Amino acid sequence: MASRSLDPVASTAAPIVVLRDITKRFPGVVANDAVSLAVYPAEVHALLGENGAGKSTLISILSGMQRPDSGTVEIRGREIRIASPRTALDLGIGTVYQHPTLVPTLTVLENLMLGSSWRAPMNRAATRARLSEIAGLLGIALPEDAPLGSLSLGQQQLVEIVKALWRGESVLILDEATSMLTPQGVEDLGRVIGRLRDAGIAVLFITHKLHEAVRFGDRVSVLRQGRKVGELPPETLAELAPQEAIDHIVDLMFGAAADGTVSERSRAQREAAPGERVVIEVDRLCPTGSPAAAGDAGVSFAVREREIFGIAGVDGNGQKQLAEAIAGQRHADAGRIVLDGAQIEGLSVRQRQHAGLRYVTDDRLGEGTVSAFPVGLNLLLKRIGDEPFWRHGIIRNAEVERHARSLIETHDVRVPGPDTPLGHLSGGNVQKALLARELDAQPMAVIYNKPTYGLDLNNIRRARRAICENADAGVATILISTDLDEILELSDRIGVMLDGRMVGVVENDGDAARRVGELMIGVGAQA
Amino acid sequence: MTHAPTAHEERLAPGATALRHWAMPIAAALLPIVLALGVGALILLVLGADPGAFYYHIVRRGLLSWIGLQDTITRCAPLLLLGASLIVAFRAGLWNLGVDGQFLLAAVISAALAPALVTVLPVWLVLPLVMVVAMAVGAVWSLLPALLKAYYGVNEIVTTLMMSFLGISAANVLIKLPFDDPTTTVPQTETLATDDRLPRLFGSTINVGVIVSLAVILFIHWLMTRTSFGLRLRLVGANPRAAVHVGLPLGALMVAVFALSAGLAGLAGSVEILGVWGNVRADWNPAYGLMIIPLVFLARFNGIAVIGFVFFFAVLSIGGETASRKAGLPNYFILVLVALMLIFLALTEWLGQRRQMAARD
Amino acid sequence: MSQGLLSDAFLISLIAGAVAAGVPLLLAGLGEQVSEKAGVLNIGIEGMMLFGAYAGFATAFGTNSLWLGFLAGAAAGLVMAMLMALFCVRLGLNQIVIGIALTLGADGITALLHHVQFSRTYPRLPRVETLDIPGLSEIPIIGPSLFARHPMVYIAVFLVLVLAYLFRNTHVGLNLQAAGDKPDALDAAGISVTATRTWSVLFTGVMAGMGGAYMAMIGAGIFVPFMTGGAGFIAIVLAMLARGRPIWVLIGAFLFGASLSLTTALQVGGVNVPTDVVQMLPFLMVMIVLVLFARRASLPAALGLPYVRGQR
Repeated sequence: MASRSLDPVASTAAPIVVLRDITKRFPGVVANDAVSLAVYPAEVHALLGENGAGKSTLISILSGMQRPDSGTVEIRGREIRIASPRTALDLGIGTVYQHPTLVPTLTVLENLMLGSSWRAPMNRAATRARLSEIAGLLGIALPEDAPLGSLSLGQQQLVEIVKALWRGESVLILDEATSMLTPQGVEDLGRVIGRLRDAGIAVLFITHKLHEAVRFGDRVSVLRQGRKVGELPPETLAELAPQEAIDHIVDLMFGAAADGTVSERSRAQREAAPGERVVIEVDRLCPTGSPAAAGDAGVSFAVREREIFGIAGVDGNGQKQLAEAIAGQRHADAGRIVLDGAQIEGLSVRQRQHAGLRYVTDDRLGEGTVSAFPVGLNLLLKRIGDEPFWRHGIIRNAEVERHARSLIETHDVRVPGPDTPLGHLSGGNVQKALLARELDAQPMAVIYNKPTYGLDLNNIRRARRAICENADAGVATILISTDLDEILELSDRIGVMLDGRMVGVVENDGDAARRVGELMIGVGAQA
Repeated sequence: MTHAPTAHEERLAPGATALRHWAMPIAAALLPIVLALGVGALILLVLGADPGAFYYHIVRRGLLSWIGLQDTITRCAPLLLLGASLIVAFRAGLWNLGVDGQFLLAAVISAALAPALVTVLPVWLVLPLVMVVAMAVGAVWSLLPALLKAYYGVNEIVTTLMMSFLGISAANVLIKLPFDDPTTTVPQTETLATDDRLPRLFGSTINVGVIVSLAVILFIHWLMTRTSFGLRLRLVGANPRAAVHVGLPLGALMVAVFALSAGLAGLAGSVEILGVWGNVRADWNPAYGLMIIPLVFLARFNGIAVIGFVFFFAVLSIGGETASRKAGLPNYFILVLVALMLIFLALTEWLGQRRQMAARD
Repeated sequence: MSQGLLSDAFLISLIAGAVAAGVPLLLAGLGEQVSEKAGVLNIGIEGMMLFGAYAGFATAFGTNSLWLGFLAGAAAGLVMAMLMALFCVRLGLNQIVIGIALTLGADGITALLHHVQFSRTYPRLPRVETLDIPGLSEIPIIGPSLFARHPMVYIAVFLVLVLAYLFRNTHVGLNLQAAGDKPDALDAAGISVTATRTWSVLFTGVMAGMGGAYMAMIGAGIFVPFMTGGAGFIAIVLAMLARGRPIWVLIGAFLFGASLSLTTALQVGGVNVPTDVVQMLPFLMVMIVLVLFARRASLPAALGLPYVRGQR
C-alpha cells in the first residue's frame, strides 16, 4: 500500500487547479451540476463515483475536450478558458484517458513525438533523451522502437503516462487507470504514482473503485449524479482507519446502505444442493486466433446444471476467443463441445442457440445490438424469421411489439417504447435489453462475457442478481470476467486463463482469491 | 472502413407513421431540388441561356405533351429497376457502384439473344427467358466484387467501379465482334422486330416494362421492410459484426445482396432493350447508374419515394433533351443539376441532424 | 531491325506512352495517398482531375504557357477539394455521396464549358518542349522516352522522394498517419484532426488537378469531355495498394500507364487489336492485382469516417 502523505505542505500550498461551480448539460442529463474541486501539487486527489456520476465529463472539461455551460476553471490562480486539448497541454495538464489514445501503428518513440507542430524538426535523439529522463523518474523501461500495438496493455498505459508527462506537466489526470491492469500492474502503477507525487506533481486519480480511491488518494472527493457530495481532506483521511474511511465514503456514494447479499444467499443455496448433471463440456478446444502457443492442448472444463463456473484472467488472455468459439461465431482448430450430451462443435451459431446455448457478449454496442434498429427488433435479433414473430417470413408487428413490451416490463428496461431506436438507451438499459433477449426462452447454458463492465452499481447488482436467479433455475453458467471481485462473489468454481490456456481451476472457498491471483500472473500453475 | 450507406434509424413499422412524420421528410427531400434548380438557373445565365425558358421547355416536353409524357413514363422503367437494385445494396450497407456495367452487359446479351431466340421459340416465352438470362448476366458480373468483399474484405466501391468500366468495354467488344449485325454499316447488334418487343399499353408507346418495374420496386420495398430476409440484409448493413454474432452467414448474404442488386440492374438493361431499342449500338451507354444513386439517397432508401423521384428525374431528362437543344447546349446540364441536388441533399441532411440535436438539448 | 512486338519502335512507343499516361496517375495517386493516409477516401478525385484537365488545357490554350496551365489545373483541383473538405471534413457529410456529386458536377460543367468554347474547333496544343537530360537522353530506346520529357515528369518523380521523406521523417507524416489510424489520439495530442484532414484533402486536389492538366496538355494535347475516363478511380486503387509507400505509387502508375498506352504501341508495332479490348487492360490489371493481393490492400482504420470529438 502506498504510504499516505502527511506532509503539511500538501494542504497548505496553493491549489494548482481550481474548478468552480462547473455545470455541463447533455440532452436529457445534467452531467455536472455546480461541481467545485481543487487539486494541490504533490498530492493525489482521488475522484470517486459510479459510472454516469459525471467524472468523465469533468475530466474532458479539464483536458479541453469539452467546455462547461457555466462555471470557471482557474489554473495557478488565473481564470482560464480551456478551449482545446492543446490549451490544456500548454497549461501543463496531461491526461491519461480510459481508452487508449496512442496510435497502434506508430512506434513508442513516434507516439511520443506526436503532437508537435508540423514544422518542427523531428528530433529523435532529443525524444530518446527525454524518454529516458521520464522513464527514470517513473522507474520503468520501455522498448522505444517497437510499434505500440505490440506492447502489453500495462506497458501501453505506461507510455500513456510518459506522454502525459512529456512537457513537464504539473497536473496528471488518470482516468480509470487500473481498469485493464493485472494485480501486478496495479502495484506498479501505485509505485509510479507515488514517485510522481514525491516529484511535486498534482495527480487527479479518477476511479469507480472505492478501495482504489482510499488506497491511492491523499484526498478523496465523491461525485454522485453529477454533484459533488463530499470531500475527505488529507487530515480527515489520515485520522480514519481504512475501513472507517470506506464506510464513510459508501454513505456518501449511495446514501443508503448497500446490500450485496443476494449472491451470497444464492451461492449458499446452490452449495447446499449442487447440480449433478453435466450440461456443457468443453474438451481440448483450441479457438482460432487464441493467444495460446501452437500445438497447445486446448481448453477443457465442464459445467453442471445450476453451477456458475467463473473464468478469471487479465483481459486478452484468450477468454473472448474461448467464448466466441463455444458460441460458434469463431472457428476452433480442434476440440469438442458437448451440450446436453450432444456434440455441437459442428453446428452453426443459430443451431447452437436452438440447442439452448446463449452468449451474452461484452461488446454490447459493437456486436450485441444494432443502435439504428428499434428496441423491439433488437430483442428479437437472434430469432429473425422465427414463429410467431414472422409467419412465412413476413413480420407480424403486433407480435413483435407484444414480445417487446413483455420483456421491457419484466426486465425493467427504461425506454419510451418498443419503437425507440436502441441507440437512444443508456448503457445500463442496453445491458438490460441484452440480458432480456438472451435469458428469454429457457436457455440451458449461458456464457456471460464481462456482464457488468461499464455499468453503474445499481445495474451491476441487477445484472448479478439475474445471473444468480437463472443459475438457481438450473442454467449452467460460464461467467467470464476481468473483475476478480465479481468472479469471487458469484462463482462456484473458478478457472483461470493465461496466454490462451486454462492454467488452473479452484473451488471458490476462503483461499480462492489468493490462488486465483497467483494463477492470473503465472505463479503456482497446476499441472 | 467507409461507413455504410444506411444512415437512418429504422422504424418498426415504416408505413404506419403519422402524417407529421411524412411532412418533414418530404420538405427535406424537396428543398435540395429547389435549391439545385435555383443554382442551376444561375449557371444557365452564365452560359447565356434563359433559365425560365429552359425550365419551361423541360416541363412542357417532359410532362405536358402527350408524346413527351409517354417518353417520360417509358424512361421510368429502367430507372425504377436500377433504383430497386440500389435500394437492396444500400440497405444492406454495400456500395454497388457498378450498375452501369451490369446494365450494359445485360442489355447487349439481351439484344443478341432475343432476335435469335424468336426464330425458334414463341415470343411470350422468349421475353421472360431473356430477362432471366439478363438478370443472371448482371449477377455474374458482380460475383468477383462480392466474393472479394465477403471473404477478403476488399472495398467494394473500388472493385464494382472497376468491373463497371470492364463491363462497358466488354459490352462494346461483344457488339463489335461476335454480335455485330453484318447488314448494318455502324457496329450494332441484330434488331428485335417491333412486334416481338415488350407489348405496348393501350395504343400508346409505353410498354409493359413500366408495369414490371413498378411491381419490382414495390416488391423490393416490401421485401426489405416487411420480411425476415430483408431484415437480415438490413442487419448486415447496419452492423455486420452483429450479423455474425447472431449467426447470420455474412459472406453468403453479401454475395446474395450483390447478386440481387446486380440482377436487377441487368433486368433494367434487358427491359430497356426489349421494350424500347430492340438493339444496342456500339458505344451506347446511357450511364443511368451514377445518376440514380442521388435519387435513392434523396428517397432515403424508401422504394415508394424512389418512384416519385424517378418520375421527376425522367421528366428532367426527357424534357432536358429538348430544352438543351433549344438553348443550344449539350444535354450534360442535367449532370450538373444532379450533382447540385446531391450536394444540397447532403447539406439539408446535415442541417436536419443539427436541428434534431438542438431539439434534444 | 525486326518488326512486331520487340521492335525498337514498339518499345519506344510503349515506354513513352507509359510515361505520358503514368504521370497523371502518379500525381493523382500521390495526392490520394496523402488523403487516404489521413482517413479521407476521396472518391471525388476523378472530378478533380477532370476539372484540372479542363482548366489546364483552357489556360494553356489561352496563354500559350504550360506552366500557367499547371497552375490553373492545380487551382481547379483545389477549388473542388475545398468543397470536398468543407462538406466531408468540416461538416462530416458522407464522403462517397459528396465524391460522386463532385465527379458528376465536374463531368457536367467541363462538358458544358467545352461545348461553349471548343466544340466547333477542337483545338490542339502544339508539341511539348522537352527538357533533355544531357547524356541520358541519348541512350537508345529508353533515352528519348525517359529522359527527354517535359520537366513536370521529373518534378512528379521527385515528389515521390519528397513524400517518402515527409512520411518517414517529419511530423507531417506522423500527424497524417494518426489522423487516419486513430484520430482521437491526434486530437488528444493537441493537433486538430479537422485541420490535418483539410490540408490533406486540399493537397490531393492540387495534385489531382495537376495530374489532369498533364493529361490534357501534354498527354493528349487536347481536351475532350469525360477524358479522365476512370483514371481517378485507378489512382484510388494505386493509393490503396501502395499501403502508404510512395514508391509503390510510382511503380504502379507506370505499370498502369503502360497498359493504357498499349493500344498505340501495338499499332506502332504493327499489331491491330480493337481499342475496346485494350481499354479493358488497366481495369483488368486492377482486378487481377486486387484478387492476388486481396489481403494486402489495407486501409487506415478510420478511413471514410468523419471525426467527431468525444465519439468513438
